[in-house]
Amino acid sequence: MQRRVVFDNKILPYLLVAPQLVITIVFFFWPAGEAVYFSLERQDAFGISTVFVGLDNFADVLSDPNYLHSLWVTAGFSVAVAALALVPALLLAVLADRVVRGASLYKTLLMMPYAVAPAIAGVLWLFLFAPGIGLVALLLKRLGVDWNYMLNGDQAMLLVVLAASWKQVSYNFLFFLAGLQSIPKSLIEAAAIDGAGATRRFWTIILPLLSPTTFFLIVVNIVYAFFDTFGVIHAVTGGGPAKATEILVYKVYDDGVVGLDLGGSSAQSVILMVIVVALTAIQFRYVERKVHY
Amino acid sequence: MDRSGRLAWVPHLALLIGIAITAFPIYVCFIASTQTTTEILAAPMSLLPGGHFFENYGEALTKGTALTTGVPVARFLLNSLIMALVIAVGKIAISLISAYAIVFFRFPGRMICFWLIFVTLMLPVEVRIMPTFEVVANLGLIDSYVGLTVPLIASATATLLFRQFFLTLPDELIEAARLDGAGPLRFFKDVVLPLSSTNIAALFVILFVYGWNQYLWPLLVTNSASMTTIVIGIRTMIGGGDAPTPWNLVMATTVLAMLPPLAVVVLMQRWFVKGLVDSEK
Repeated sequence: MQRRVVFDNKILPYLLVAPQLVITIVFFFWPAGEAVYFSLERQDAFGISTVFVGLDNFADVLSDPNYLHSLWVTAGFSVAVAALALVPALLLAVLADRVVRGASLYKTLLMMPYAVAPAIAGVLWLFLFAPGIGLVALLLKRLGVDWNYMLNGDQAMLLVVLAASWKQVSYNFLFFLAGLQSIPKSLIEAAAIDGAGATRRFWTIILPLLSPTTFFLIVVNIVYAFFDTFGVIHAVTGGGPAKATEILVYKVYDDGVVGLDLGGSSAQSVILMVIVVALTAIQFRYVERKVHY
Repeated sequence: MDRSGRLAWVPHLALLIGIAITAFPIYVCFIASTQTTTEILAAPMSLLPGGHFFENYGEALTKGTALTTGVPVARFLLNSLIMALVIAVGKIAISLISAYAIVFFRFPGRMICFWLIFVTLMLPVEVRIMPTFEVVANLGLIDSYVGLTVPLIASATATLLFRQFFLTLPDELIEAARLDGAGPLRFFKDVVLPLSSTNIAALFVILFVYGWNQYLWPLLVTNSASMTTIVIGIRTMIGGGDAPTPWNLVMATTVLAMLPPLAVVVLMQRWFVKGLVDSEK
């Protein structure tokens, strides 16, 4: 795509793209290239000499039971976050689309968690679930649940999933609401006149017409769970207990920054890049499909 | 449509329940920020505001806590504000001009520039943690505002949004500008910039929230407590097992950390919602 009518100038366009290109090259391409380069070599214990090891780092990473465990944790975590962030958001959007009075107030209130940082969402939920202090933790104790997310891996996972999806519901809600409002009212009214009840209209008209939005949001939510939830994990569980909540991004950080394993951490970074490229490709394939929709 | 009033209260009730669940963690946080630590540890704490609002916020803002090595929260707030503003304004500025160059000029390497920018969509900070850190460390930018902000300023999303918008502007605009003898810079300043104001406002909200809520990046590039952001600051206040956590101060700080992005989103929501939905298309 380009315009028919453009300006003629030999130098100006280069000056205009320069700031963005310089930053992109210095802080994106150089580090990404280094990640690939580091992932192919190995440092000795003192960081003095490095040797080229080919794909050994990748072989090590992919056969490391800790890494495979982290891969499973990430898969479970992102599916749970996506499901828990999408279903309530859709429900709330359908309801908000139906009410007339107070609609904008509901919308404003439901949009609030969007502004909250993932790490802060983690702190808010941690405060509710902190053993011995948190209101929900005390309630659980009274109900006879032996609650301590610092010792129990499943409970830790539940807590980070709750915090991560609570924040994301707002985002999904806004998209679903925009999607619902773009469905022609005449279509729904026609179905109603033909005698389709509210539930039937939802399953046969509204949900199919929302499918582009839904598909887009599934990809976005999985990307969110993979990458943006680092703050939740770091602030609430630190990957524990016993690596029960160690998602891939957290492991890259932990192995690289804390464990100082440059080669292994870079190999993991390269694998993550491949995952992002795949997810982005899926997203863009869908965008093309949507045009024909 | 079921507007017959008979069951009209059902959606309202369901929405109120949804809002109650959404707002509950924020409400409890605010309540705890007005109580003393002893009151919070009473188990269960009261769900009504305590009488220590000014005391707690004053202490957090001016003194900080032992775990933040005495750096006051006001300093964290300042750092976060600088970070959010520089990122939002910087991203908008460089994206505007680069999108302008790509759309309104034809020059050798134009498509290469476009693709170089576009590909960065696939390289979030999170996947290049160690090498980016190395680059920033080699440039001597650890513990500086430049290191905190500039690496996050390049944004494919903003550039793509402006590009898309610029492509919709009618050719007659440029022809008219040419007849009036206006050059490309004049055209940018007098025509393109005013027309982009809605997009700029929408992006400002999204990018301010993005900058304010950064976590991994400030965690990596700041070592000294006085250079870190409020989101990281809260994390350091929650002690390990040794020191008791001053929950009242932690919660006051949490409220302070949520307030600025919340205010920006709520006050500018008209542009924000439109911008959010548009920028992801």
